Amino acid sequence: MDVFLQPFQFEFFRNGTLAAVLVGGLCGLIGVYIVLRGMSYIGHGLSHAIFGGAVVAFVMTWNFYLGAGLWGFLAAVLINQTVRRTRISADAAIGVITTASFAIGVALISRYRRFTRSFDAALFGNILGVTGQDVLVVAAVTLMVGAIIFFLYKQLLFTTFDAEVAQVYGVKTEWIDTLFSLVLAAALIASMQILGVTLIAAALVIPAITARLLTDSFNRMIVLSTLIGAVTGLIGMYLSYYVDVSSGATIVLLQATAFGLVLMITSLQKRAARRLIHTHL
Amino acid sequence: MQPLVELNHVAFGYGSEPVLEDICLHLHPGQFAALVGPSGAGKTSLLKLILGVLQPARGEICVHGKSLNGRPAPRVGYVPQLESVDWNFPVTVEQVVLMGRVRRSGVWPWPGVEDRRRVREVLERLEIGGLAGRHIRDLSGGQQQRVFLARALIAEPDLLVLDEPTTGVDMRTAENVLHMLAHLNQQGMTILITTHDLNAAAGHLPWVVCLNRRVIAQGPPDEIFTTETLNETYRGDMLVIRQDGMLFVQQKPHGHTYHDLVPNPVAGEAMPQTPESNNGRLSSTVSV
Ligand SMILES: Nc1ncnc2c1ncn2[C@@H]1O[C@H](COP(=O)(O)OP(=O)(O)OP(=O)(O)O)[C@@H](O)[C@H]1O
Ligand SMILES: [Mg+2]
Repeated sequence: MDVFLQPFQFEFFRNGTLAAVLVGGLCGLIGVYIVLRGMSYIGHGLSHAIFGGAVVAFVMTWNFYLGAGLWGFLAAVLINQTVRRTRISADAAIGVITTASFAIGVALISRYRRFTRSFDAALFGNILGVTGQDVLVVAAVTLMVGAIIFFLYKQLLFTTFDAEVAQVYGVKTEWIDTLFSLVLAAALIASMQILGVTLIAAALVIPAITARLLTDSFNRMIVLSTLIGAVTGLIGMYLSYYVDVSSGATIVLLQATAFGLVLMITSLQKRAARRLIHTHL
Repeated sequence: MQPLVELNHVAFGYGSEPVLEDICLHLHPGQFAALVGPSGAGKTSLLKLILGVLQPARGEICVHGKSLNGRPAPRVGYVPQLESVDWNFPVTVEQVVLMGRVRRSGVWPWPGVEDRRRVREVLERLEIGGLAGRHIRDLSGGQQQRVFLARALIAEPDLLVLDEPTTGVDMRTAENVLHMLAHLNQQGMTILITTHDLNAAAGHLPWVVCLNRRVIAQGPPDEIFTTETLNETYRGDMLVIRQDGMLFVQQKPHGHTYHDLVPNPVAGEAMPQTPESNNGRLSSTVSV
């Protein structure tokens, strides 16, 4: 038992674990909407765009969260408007805008070489980088996102299922979409220090698709995906401490393993069910 | 009488190509009408204009006497074409129907007692009461149509708009759906549908609008389903047959039939129905 609790004597580990559980759950929760709307690419793109914003904020000595947040939100709005007003398709718009934004970040880093080390965390995630303030931010974002999803649950479900029809039934889908972009940007920024830009997309998608395999009910999918995200966050942190591998990579690898297992079990079950029907005929 | 829906010289296009031109159309309270026309005629686009999902390039659309001006139409139930539904989405019948009450139920994420009661009521009314917990994919085409009709009805609309409710189901189910709509219409509901099934429209509907970019003709099918209007609407050779007080429409075959093209077609083989072959077929259907 002592061995189990041993890492908790370090403050950085307590902070890191708390943050990982919150971020894992948060990404799992939002991921359901991302996956069901086929927006995985936007999660991937936005996190890269935000990285550009983070570097700019750093160079200009703005507050990280403010700079990255504004930047991410602007990128999301820009993508939205490009798609709405031109013939450019969503994936192309996301590709151009977010990659250009990421490139700005990379360019700035290579120009001012001395920053390179501190951005390792933003790229690949690092528990050592998590401070008490970061945990507070993550907690606040999780609370806010949780509250928004709780109170707009029905509107969000309808918009995710069929935005055009939802509009006919009186859902203000444009407003919901904007709010969701905001929520996504906030979640990505909060997750950046823990998971790293390059791995956030995976943390958004994997718990949700794993949950989807396990249930046909939206409500249960939301709960399961959040739980899978939070639990893999917790266990991933532990593993990353003991095997000394980056926390983001550990969590994502753990999620991928869980997905693989669930996929195997559910397809075996399906096959067994099929055989059952066969023998009963 | 003030029309429920009123389109005055409406024009619309997705890009520079016009899809609809100079559409003037009235729909009166209690009317039951169908839009017919070939694929690409602009039927779905016209529905979406009336719903306020699309905006006209020119002209004005009024619902309840008020111009829409970019807002969605008030008090309308919409049943989209089933093909546009994401059947893999994880929702049950009950969850889909509850969506229709999105504006009326409270702030909590879960449905209230009243919501549940109304869902049960509307499902019973459409005779799919036992399916509330089913996933939407695990239903027949006719049942799926009813689920989305239930979602529209639970919103207590004044106008019901259905896009191709008879497509993708067998003839009997299609007839059933139209019969159900006739019942609703009898209770006072105003209904606008689109359909490709001219024969069903001729048999079941009091009013049809022939559309192909513009309104070619409108009226009772008895009067307007003539060779001339249908030829103009479908840009083809249509055959109209009247028999026993019924009306049948058929596209005349091309100048050359299949047999002209392929004089010796590859024949199939009629298999004897042994129990063994029957068994094999069953298990393969089950495994899909
Ligand atoms: N989202 C869109 N963007 C661009 N063009 C479109 C779009 N939707 C439809 N169109 C075009 O508008 C025209 C009318 O389409 P619409 O869907 O209204 O026809 P329809 O009468 O409903 O056809 P169908 O019977 O096949 O459903 C078609 O030429 C179609 O190609
Ligand atoms: Mg159509």
